[in-house]
Amino acid sequence: MSLNILVLAKQVPDTRNVGKDAMTAEGTVNRAALPAIFNPEDLNALEQALRLKDKHPGSTVTVLTMGPFRAAEVIREALYRGADKGYVLSDRAFAGSDTLATSYALSCAIRNLPQLDVIVCGRQAIDGDTAQVGPQVAEKLGMAQITYAEEILSVEKGRIRVKRRIEKGIEVLEGKLPMLVTVNGSAPACRPRNARLLMKYKYARIPNELQAANEDYISLNNSREFLHIGEWNVNDIVCEPAELGLSGSPTKVKKVENVVFQAKESKTLTDNDTEIEALIQELISNHTIG
Amino acid sequence: MNNVFVYCEIEDGLIGDVSLELLTKGRTLATQLSCQLEAVAIGHKLNGIEKVLFPYGVDVVHIADDPRLAPYTTLPHSAILIKLFQQEKPQIALMGATSVGRDLGPRVSSALHSGLTADCTALEIGSHEDKKADKVYENLLYQIRPAFGGNIVATIINPDCRPQMATVREGVMKKEPIDPAYKGKVNQLNVADYVSDTDFAVSVIERHVEASKINIKSAPIIVSGGYGMGSKDGFKLLFDLAAVLGGEVGASRAAVDAGFADHARQIGQTGVTVRPKLYIACGISGQIQHIAGMQESSIIIAINNDPAAPINSVADYVITGDVETVIPKLIKYYKKNSK
Repeated sequence: MSLNILVLAKQVPDTRNVGKDAMTAEGTVNRAALPAIFNPEDLNALEQALRLKDKHPGSTVTVLTMGPFRAAEVIREALYRGADKGYVLSDRAFAGSDTLATSYALSCAIRNLPQLDVIVCGRQAIDGDTAQVGPQVAEKLGMAQITYAEEILSVEKGRIRVKRRIEKGIEVLEGKLPMLVTVNGSAPACRPRNARLLMKYKYARIPNELQAANEDYISLNNSREFLHIGEWNVNDIVCEPAELGLSGSPTKVKKVENVVFQAKESKTLTDNDTEIEALIQELISNHTIG
Repeated sequence: MNNVFVYCEIEDGLIGDVSLELLTKGRTLATQLSCQLEAVAIGHKLNGIEKVLFPYGVDVVHIADDPRLAPYTTLPHSAILIKLFQQEKPQIALMGATSVGRDLGPRVSSALHSGLTADCTALEIGSHEDKKADKVYENLLYQIRPAFGGNIVATIINPDCRPQMATVREGVMKKEPIDPAYKGKVNQLNVADYVSDTDFAVSVIERHVEASKINIKSAPIIVSGGYGMGSKDGFKLLFDLAAVLGGEVGASRAAVDAGFADHARQIGQTGVTVRPKLYIACGISGQIQHIAGMQESSIIIAINNDPAAPINSVADYVITGDVETVIPKLIKYYKKNSK
């Protein structure tokens, strides 16, 4: 049985490697100083999608991302690793979206696609760590969901079986397709780029990126359908504009503060034996240890 | 109506600590707002569960008891909460930031079109002035959470939509019953009114769950390692020191991400918040998101070969040196000096 699989991916600032210039003097985030990367758990999700495609020849893996035009980079990255097709959903109307408005926009875009069997996405994105968009998209599409997945074990006879990792152990769940699955970082890492696919898709672009390209390249792109990454704006989806962006977001940011910790007066020691023994004796005498 | 609700996580008939912590916080919020605190218990064999809940100052316990409701699955639990919330119109709804609460919360918030803030580290009541709309909101829930990898702390509000929903991790709030004799009411729900057969679309085929053997939350001494420990092997030193001192081993997010330690040991905003009497940070640089999870420890010792490591600023003792040198010495002199 061939499957129609969708991966939801997000381009995120790399908050794990925050340098000194990542915050401005005013305490706001200096996005320009942070490299934009493929959200790590979305890569785990992509791998699960590609494994399903390996097991079910003839399956299609489509990738959808919402973000600025430069998020097309995420689609190319997915194509290099084995995805078949991608779409970038981008519009100023989505600016300021919280998770609910984001999942609304994504669910409207997903309705543009042919009937899906499985939607996979990362459990959460590292810029927000909320883990909300997956389940909210599922709810809006009226789909069941399995979160915290570590492995999609099988898809057979219209049913999907998934191993999930939760705090105190594992669970294996089974349910009917279609199903939305969110994937944990503990799932297998994504396969690397494939050299042949890299050559094939190196020049894949969304129409917006083509505007900056020269005519030779435009004619090359026009002649090769597979180099077309889909670009959707608010007019390409059927939606209620009031549900988008800031107006569609029930949560508002009231205040943002830079984190400053109260520094303590600390005693500095070296690794010298005498100093370490004195420290141990002090901790024993004040009953911290012992 | 318009009360504070807490969804209770139940495993084998026992209410999770995270839920009792939220009830404690919920009681404070309800008192501040002069409203009631209500708990929702969904599962099976819940006879007498209200007796555990009332001491936390719970005024009403809603119980949905059915063999199909345990273990937790998404759709039936969300169906009950969605309908119950539509009837009872809570102003605030809290749940644990666990694999249950983070599966359930977004589903419910999406259906009710209410705002949900994940992983809050503080919840407060306050007002908000919307200058554009020239409107003042009183008694909103301030949902305070780290964002951007812990580099900023944001205060989130839901001015217009109800309930104001938030999840909180285990260990962030304190658990404290207020009165062993507190009396509330039980509202037994007729499960068939809330859940339809189609909600049981996903079934649990296998389940291997055991109470975690790792309990860093209540350990009085924590020896914690970061990426600077170098490898999973490097963590063995920490286990040695923890064993000698009678403590537990913790880890930073970087060490867990690198596979040096189990996720259950992760300390920080995306792990557990701890307040031991002694915290020994080994090879941890001290990213904000880690410090936020351990800064309330009584005594902090930082061992690091980088004298400028941010962790040093919150430490009582800074030992500048290699962990491979310092930890064996700590073990040696502890053995020598302890009785």
